[in-house]
This record gives sequence, structure tokens and C-alpha cells, in this order.
Amino acid sequence: MHSIVEIGNLSKSYRRGGQIVPVLEDLTFDIMAGDFIALMGPSGSGKSTLLNLIAGIDKPDHGTLRVGGIDITALSESELADWRARNVGFIFQFYNLMPVLTAYENIELPLLLTRLSGSERREHVETALAMVGLTDRMAHYPSELSGGQQQRVAIARAIITDPTILVADEPTGDLDRVSAEDVLTLMARLNAELGKTIIMVTHDQHAAQKAHHIRQLDKGVLLSSAA
Amino acid sequence: MSIPLSYIARNLWTRRLTTALTAGGLALVVYVFATVLMLDAGLKRTLVTTGEYDNVVAIRKGAETEIQSGINRDQASIIEMHGAVAGGANGERMASKETVVLISLIRRGDHKPSNVIIRGTAVIGLALRPQVKLAEGRMFRAGSTEIIVGSNIASRFEGTRIGGRLRFAQRDWTVVGIFDAGGSGFDSEIWGDVDQLMQSFRRTAYSTMVVRLVDAGLYDRFRADIDTDPRLTNEVKREQVFYSDQSRALSTFITILGMTLSIIFSIGATIGAMITMYASVASRVAEIGTLRALGFKRGSILWAFLAEALLLGLAGGVIGLALASLMQFASFSTVNFQTFADLSFRFVLTPAIGLKTLAFSAVMGVIGGFLPAVRAARLNIVDALRAI
Ligand SMILES: Nc1ncnc2c1ncn2[C@@H]1O[C@H](COP(=O)(O)OP(=O)(O)OP(=O)(O)O)[C@@H](O)[C@H]1O
Ligand SMILES: [Mg+2]
Repeated sequence: MHSIVEIGNLSKSYRRGGQIVPVLEDLTFDIMAGDFIALMGPSGSGKSTLLNLIAGIDKPDHGTLRVGGIDITALSESELADWRARNVGFIFQFYNLMPVLTAYENIELPLLLTRLSGSERREHVETALAMVGLTDRMAHYPSELSGGQQQRVAIARAIITDPTILVADEPTGDLDRVSAEDVLTLMARLNAELGKTIIMVTHDQHAAQKAHHIRQLDKGVLLSSAA
Repeated sequence: MSIPLSYIARNLWTRRLTTALTAGGLALVVYVFATVLMLDAGLKRTLVTTGEYDNVVAIRKGAETEIQSGINRDQASIIEMHGAVAGGANGERMASKETVVLISLIRRGDHKPSNVIIRGTAVIGLALRPQVKLAEGRMFRAGSTEIIVGSNIASRFEGTRIGGRLRFAQRDWTVVGIFDAGGSGFDSEIWGDVDQLMQSFRRTAYSTMVVRLVDAGLYDRFRADIDTDPRLTNEVKREQVFYSDQSRALSTFITILGMTLSIIFSIGATIGAMITMYASVASRVAEIGTLRALGFKRGSILWAFLAEALLLGLAGGVIGLALASLMQFASFSTVNFQTFADLSFRFVLTPAIGLKTLAFSAVMGVIGGFLPAVRAARLNIVDALRAI
């Protein structure tokens, strides 16, 4: 197994009202390819910030950050957008589906940034729909789906481009117990069967149990790593 | 590929009440804009079709209208005998010596007086204007006090139906026919026998003369000859140019008034579009953040919102144009500033006006959408994603 995410001496701070607030301080750790890790920690500890940095939607102040062997801190904004389109699958707490697009169209959206033909896109979307068990719902709009179903559509959208890593920020945070269980099972399957590397931020101890490793973050510092 | 059009169009549809209200505001401006262009086009068409391409009008030098013009009998004969003037089948000259006078008639609806052109002519005058056809009744007899009236006169003034009597120049005149001049300015005229009219109005000189040339190519020579002949104080113009020149002041007035109104209204409508688009951006901040996270670039976001504003503008444009196109069924009459006579014309919708109008609406949409689209494109991804 090799490292797919390599983090070295990473720091990030925000400026708030003229004051600099350090959020992440001198973080160093690796994530192995095919791993499924849960990031835990108190609110405001910097979990989302770390996830955003790894996903390439935010920039660190210092340190190195390599994902899939690429130093993403060196990429320009436009290169980073292309890189995300190919390498990162996003799963959000509130699903973030486009309300005016159907389940099918939402899943197809990232493929519009690729060179795939219409029929190839159709094939991919249908496979992904089958994988999340929503083939019969593909013509539905998000408002016509339950939270759990919406999150499964979002997961299909996240894996549609076959990305290097999946990042999930509290993917079950807005779901009831049963739906949450479905989503977690689905993520565990993606990890086990497709070998997807997953980084999941969660507050829920039960959710974290589905991961291979748990990382605790407190005040921007990595505490321990437990299996 | 970038953000699909279906996403853009459906966002407008989702907020259809706001979209409809904003498009309605744009449509009103577009309606005014299109109507003015149609009015101007109608005016031009009416006055241009009044002229025949091969016909030439002779007037007194410097006269802008037939009313101001005068040609005495000697001058008329000299012009008539010029070699460039065509001859008819029976050896007569293809030249109509005419007198043009303004009289006042009472309008049908409001019983108010209005100026009308009365033209003294002869059978040859009709022959020179093939667009003028008798629609009802018969031609006036030469040497009589019979008159025929244009279709706009017949519908708008009292006593102008067949058999009707009009009193002017101390005489009674009988309407014996109604002619259709194909939407040209002649539809707003009354025609009678030139000699009878000159006698009644105590005129010794004609007003104008219309001649047909043997060949339209002879025009330049003909003009130069009339210009330099020491016996003449006249000039000639192509009939089409002469009549369309008469519409210039009115056309300029309509255009300036209309464009001023359109510009003032369009500022309001554009601000409306801007407010709508700002609201559209504000309600979709998280969506924008998501699209950016998925790999869509700032340029795609900018384009998506500009396209949305463009569609909004075009929606207003289509509605406004549809309303304006109904005006084709209406006609409009006003006083021509240059002749002081009442002139009726239609609103004419041409393809060029349609395109101009849609372009105008698209421009309003895009200008209104520009700043909101820039704001959307400049959003920071992380901040946008936190905005749920
Ligand atoms: N854009 C920003 N501007 C200013 N401060 C920020 C910004 N983003 C995050 N922060 C601050 O950085 C700290 C860490 O935020 P982060 O969202 O990473 O925490 P978190 O661990 O994900 O918390 P939670 O569990 O509540 O989601 C917080 O104190 C937060 O207020
Ligand atoms: Mg968080």
C-alpha cells in the first residue's frame, strides 16, 4: 500500500477582524490508498478546513500537500478546478444537489466536464444509479426524494468520474438513523469493492466505526490515531 | 462543455413569478421601442410608395412640399415638351399638371376639423400612379365638379361616402368614387378635375407636375436641363425621393421621441433585471459553490448567469414584440409637419425591426445580468459552500 495523501507541516489560519486565527498547525500525516478514515474532533477543531485543503477547494498557508503524487498547492486556480473534476468526489452534509436537475442529470453533471460522448455518459450514469439502488428514481427531482435518497444520488455523483479520493463532510449529519446506516453501508461498500479512498468527517461515533481508522483533531492538532 | 442550458432555463422557470414580472417590465419597454420603429417604418413605407420609381416631380426651386410649389402654364409646357418625357399611346405627353390645395374637413368621430389635401388632376394623373385604383364608384368626369376620395378619407371624414356632397371654394362637390392607393399617401387625399379646381380656387398657376421619363436613366440629363434652362425657375426630383423627404421631419420627431422614451424606460427595466439576477445569485450561493467544487470554473459560472439574464431579456423581447405585432392591425393618423395635412399610415413590422427589437431586449438582459454574474463568478468556494 502506498500513500495517496501526503501532508507535511501543513498550517492554515483565517483572518478575522484584523486578527489571525490559526486553524491548523503544523499537521503531518499520510493517508494510504484504499483507506477509509474518519476525522473526528470537537466543533471548530478544523476538520472541515483540513478536508477542504485535501479536496483542493482551499489553499494552505504553509506546508506540503500531495494527493495522488501531485503537489496540489502548486496548481493554479484553473488547473486545480480540472484536477478536482478528475480526482475528487464530494459528499456534503446537505447533499448539495441542483434542485432544478433530475437525479439522472445531477449525477451526469461532473461528466459534462469530461470528453465522454452522450451515450458513454448515459452508460456511466446508469451504472452509478444501479450501484446506489436508485434506477427507478432517476427522473425524480431532489425535492421528490427523501434525505437518504438524495444523499445516495450525491454519492453517485461523487463516484461518477472514478475519482482518486472521496471526501465526505458529515455525510450522515442530516439523516435519520436508518438512512444514515444505508449511506454508511454504501460508503463502506465503495471502499471495499471499488477500493475507493474515503476521508469522512463525522461527529457520530457510530458512523466512525465504519471506517478503518479514526483521526482525532483538536484545536488544529492531530491527537491520536486509533484503529 | 459547460453548464447545460437546461439548468439555466429551468432556474428561470422555477422562479417563474419573478421571471414573469421582470420579463413583463422588459416587455413594456420593448413594446414601446418596437412600436416606434414600426410607426416610422409605416410612415416611410407610406410616403415611399406614394412615389413611382420612373416618375419625376417638377416643383418650384426650393419648395419642399407641393403646397408651397408653383409652376406657371408656360413653364409647364416647356417641361412637358422636353425630349426625356415619355409619350402615350395616343400621342399625348405622359405628364400630369396638378394643383394641390389644403381644405378643412370635419372628422367623423370627434367632429373636429382637420386639413386634407385636395389634388386637381386628370385621367393621365391616374395613369401615372398605377398603385391608385378605383375601389368603388367611378372616376370623376373631366370638366365637372365631381371628386373621388382616398380610402383613408372615406373612412375618417364626414360627407365623403359616394353621393356625399362637400362644400369648399364656394361650390358644391359630389363624391362619385373611392380609390385605394395601396397604403400610400394618396389614400389621404381627395382628387378632382384640375381645371375646375383651379377656377374655383382662383389659381392661375399649377402647383406641381408629374412626368414619366422615356427611360429612368435619362433622369440626370433631364434634371440638368431643367436646372439650367433660363426660362424655368423649377427643379425636378424623383417622385419617391420627393415624398420620402416630406416625411423626414415627422420621422425624426417620432424617432427621437420614441428613442428617448425607450432609453429612459430601459434604464428602469435593466435595473429590474439586475435586481432579479442579484436575487437569483443570492439564492443559489451554495449551488455555485458546489458547481465550483465539482470543477466548473469561474468562466462557466459567469456564462451561466449571463445566459440566464440573456434568456430573461429575450423572454421580455418576445412578449413585447408579440404585443407590438398586434399594432399592425391598427392605423395611425397625424398631421405631417411639412405639409400640414392629415396623413394616415399603418404600423409596419419588418424582419429587421423584429431583430433589432430582440437584440435590444437581449442587451438589456445582459447589461442587467452583468454585475450579478460577476459577483457569482467571484465567490470563494469555501465561503459559498458554508452558505447553507
Ligand atoms: N472562511 C473562514 N473565515 C474565518 N474563519 C473560518 C473560516 N472557515 C473556518 N473558520 C474558523 O476556523 C475554525 C475551524 O473551522 P472548521 O469549519 O474547519 O471546523 P470543524 O472542525 O469543521 O467544525 P464543525 O464540526 O463545527 O463543522 C473555526 O473556528 C471557524 O470559525
Ligand atoms: Mg465542519
